[in-house]
Amino acid sequence: MSTHYPALIIVVPLLTAVIVAAVGWINKKYCFPLSVASLAASLLSSIGLLFEVMKTNGEVVYRFAGWEAPMGIVYNIDYLNSLVLIVVTAVALINLIFSKGSIENDFPDKEGVFYALYILFTTGLVGMVATGDAFNLYVLLEIASLTGYALLGIGNERSPLSTLNYLFIGTIGATFYLLGVGYIYIATGTLNMAEIALIIPKLPNVGIIKFAFVICMVGLFVKMALFPMHGWLPNAYSNAPSSSIGLIAPLTTKVTVYIMVRAGITIFTPEFTFEKMHLDKWIVWLSVIGIVMGSCFALAQKNYKKMLTYIVVAEVGYMVGGFWLGNKLGITGSILHIVNDAAMTLCVFMAAGIFSYKIGDHISDFKGLFKKMPFTMTAFAVGGLSIIGVPPTCGFFSKWYLVSGGIEAVKATGSIGALAFIVALLFSSLVNAVLFFRIFEVAHFEPFSEGHGHEGHSAVEINEAPLGMLIPFFIVAFSLIFLGIFSGDIVSNIINQFIPVLPAGI
Amino acid sequence: METVYSIKPFLAVLISLCVVPIIISSRTENIREGWTFAAAIIKFLIIASMLPIILSGGNLEFTIAQIMPAVSIKFKVDAFGLLFALVSSFLWIITSIYSIGYMRSLNEHSQTRYFAFFALSLCAAVGVAFSANFFTMYLFYEMLSFATYPLVTHHQDKESRTSGRKYLFYILGSSIAFLIPAMLITFSYSGTMEFASQGFMQNVPPELLLILLFMFVFGFAKCGIMPLHSWLPAAMVAPTPVSALLHAVAVVKVGVFCVIRVITNVFGTDLLAKYGYNDYICYIAAFTIITASLIALSQDGLKRRLAFSTIGQLSYIILGVALLSKNAVMASMLHIAMHAFGKITLFFCAGAIYASTKIKNISDMVGIGRRMPITMGCFFIGSLSVIGLPPTGGIISKWYLVLGTLEADKIFLLVVLLVSSLLNAAYFLPVVYKAFFCTEEETMFEKGVKEPPIWCVVPLVITAGISLIMFFYPQPFLQLADLAVNSLGVK
Repeated sequence: MSTHYPALIIVVPLLTAVIVAAVGWINKKYCFPLSVASLAASLLSSIGLLFEVMKTNGEVVYRFAGWEAPMGIVYNIDYLNSLVLIVVTAVALINLIFSKGSIENDFPDKEGVFYALYILFTTGLVGMVATGDAFNLYVLLEIASLTGYALLGIGNERSPLSTLNYLFIGTIGATFYLLGVGYIYIATGTLNMAEIALIIPKLPNVGIIKFAFVICMVGLFVKMALFPMHGWLPNAYSNAPSSSIGLIAPLTTKVTVYIMVRAGITIFTPEFTFEKMHLDKWIVWLSVIGIVMGSCFALAQKNYKKMLTYIVVAEVGYMVGGFWLGNKLGITGSILHIVNDAAMTLCVFMAAGIFSYKIGDHISDFKGLFKKMPFTMTAFAVGGLSIIGVPPTCGFFSKWYLVSGGIEAVKATGSIGALAFIVALLFSSLVNAVLFFRIFEVAHFEPFSEGHGHEGHSAVEINEAPLGMLIPFFIVAFSLIFLGIFSGDIVSNIINQFIPVLPAGI
Repeated sequence: METVYSIKPFLAVLISLCVVPIIISSRTENIREGWTFAAAIIKFLIIASMLPIILSGGNLEFTIAQIMPAVSIKFKVDAFGLLFALVSSFLWIITSIYSIGYMRSLNEHSQTRYFAFFALSLCAAVGVAFSANFFTMYLFYEMLSFATYPLVTHHQDKESRTSGRKYLFYILGSSIAFLIPAMLITFSYSGTMEFASQGFMQNVPPELLLILLFMFVFGFAKCGIMPLHSWLPAAMVAPTPVSALLHAVAVVKVGVFCVIRVITNVFGTDLLAKYGYNDYICYIAAFTIITASLIALSQDGLKRRLAFSTIGQLSYIILGVALLSKNAVMASMLHIAMHAFGKITLFFCAGAIYASTKIKNISDMVGIGRRMPITMGCFFIGSLSVIGLPPTGGIISKWYLVLGTLEADKIFLLVVLLVSSLLNAAYFLPVVYKAFFCTEEETMFEKGVKEPPIWCVVPLVITAGISLIMFFYPQPFLQLADLAVNSLGVK
């Protein structure tokens, strides 16, 4: 059983997706438990896999159908992807339980299809994280993207258009990646990540690899919405239904960042990525601009969901910049932020789900909420404080590593870009403080007003969210503190085990 | 020096955190306040029970969690930390009594929230006092910022909204902009955060050292040093017990406490003396002392005048530690206690006047001493203590501070202290004079105006009494400060 964990993570949800879609026609009552069961199975296998990796202290290699590497598809599970796998499956599971009510509300009669898409999307992400094959990754990227478009496009009346926009840009991004993989295949003759890494240093002509590298990275930057390629994200996300956005917003960008880390370290090797490419300084600057602009745009929003989407854009800058600092602390911060930001983003988007269910999305409508729904607001406050980066929530610790990485880079090379990165991080923390305290102020100071009817929501009574929403919400809020207190353990036992010895002088 | 591993410091911090859910879920007001009292008294007793070990030269330690290999959440009780914890936990008991009188006689709303966040603030303040490393101190420092926000904005009106915004902007802004990077740069160079008796900054290049010093001092904006002081007068919008305990004792003293910790246990007095960087801090503090006193002269609102007086007095403490001489550092530690009792008395009086008469401005207080003799008598004692005149505790810390300036051979700063004392007298004594010395016709108050409820009067009599007692019997604070200075090895 345990030897098949890597397969179970993917196969169970993949098959369940088909079954759920079919069951949806017969009796939709069974859709939800089936979906929960399959994602729980995935989550458990991910946890099992992490222990397996820790036990063997290295890699778990799984060959699908027993085929060896150049021919068959191999899943390589090491410390990095077992960690990200847990994040992906846990977020998907918790958000599914959280959204049960709103799924029934928003998509009556279509529940089966929605659950199928939801699980298929998760399968795509999980596969992207688990695979050790560059082309297989593209296939799973497309699975996740296509189901993602569907999940985003069923929101309000403006969502089809914004999703179409996303579809165009996202397809371009994915194509870039595929093109890059094509070049790599031409140069090395293999698609297996580990083998590519072995062949690249031996190649006489690295020009083609450099080209492939640039194209792959551009494709990934588009998919992860790094500024200035972020244009599709805010509208696509803010028009989407809250049940799917709680899945997509925390995970899509994070998984793409994971692929960037994987490509930079495993496929192309750190020597190549940080020394031969001479791109690191430019990308750090790009992320600096992304962080600052994302924060400024967020400041200009009056709609809560829209504000969050720009925070997501800024957070992508955190992770990209941290990685391209090219030192151990920076990369640690970047990977830790994949975990922490997924939890944080989930928390604030869950709040968005409750708010849009009860009140609406406009910040000015959040009057008197501390009185009306104190528990919801407490959990929301934890999420906000984590995004600001207040200890002991997890947001503080990823910022800790990112800033330390910046300091390390400044000390080592005197790089101005790294200094700017530190300043941008602090600036963004300040802006986040303004953003969330603006909401806290409205909710704390302004008296609750009756007659807030928005789009037929007036029938809903403003009080605490139902327990089915509140319990998952609290679990997530609590996990922010939990991740914060145990961040040292996560770093030293998992993340540091993954980061290879980096070449000196970077 | 023996180090005892004990859970006591953790319990002392935890008790006021644990009482929060009980306060929130209490059914009646009396039960709620009963729990506040119980927590306050237990907290004080736990802290006081650590006194014998500390006085015999020992320390207490307790580690809660190892966050990162070199970073932990850890408590360590030393003489200086205990001094501050004793003062703040004792005054929490007194303030709780006062809060009941004040909040109930004014019929304030949301009293449950008020008491809950008050307990949380005390948890943070004592957490800062007992921190063994910079990280733990920062953790509780930030916790205090957030725990006091709902208290500052208690009235939930437009004015408190603006003030709350200003409060957070200064406190949180400075800590994000200066404190976090300074902490991480320090950590990146020295690889440790544990407070040491001569600091841990030996590896930092000297030019960076100066920048870091400024980042730390301004990062702790709670210490009220100019130009980052204006949140304090704004925060006076809070109910008076909050101003009394938090903005005369807990919050602002946490600010100066952190500055003292940074100068003595992070930089180390020898290191700063070697480069002479402490002079910059001395002059900024001297500037703050004089300017704040001058501004205080022109304030008509009693609480605002007290706030500017606090800003000036806080800089006494910073000046003391920045002088780096033995007596001066001791003075600055002592002043935390002495000023606390004096200033809290003054705030209690201001609140008592407001609770009985709804008057906030000094110009409307002519003849109030005739109607409220106990309150104004205590106000007089409090003023004497803050000015630094016998027979009050204030003179003791000022005495050592003057000795310190002579020791450090800085006559200019001695002049500053003397001028400031004159200015203090100039802005406090007229209030007392006008309150008492007027004819019956000049009195602005009807015969019916009486002392506030007993719940308000008793606390201010107690704190005024302690201010007096401390002149004759400054133990154990003197002994604690002496121990603290000796353990630092200040020359």
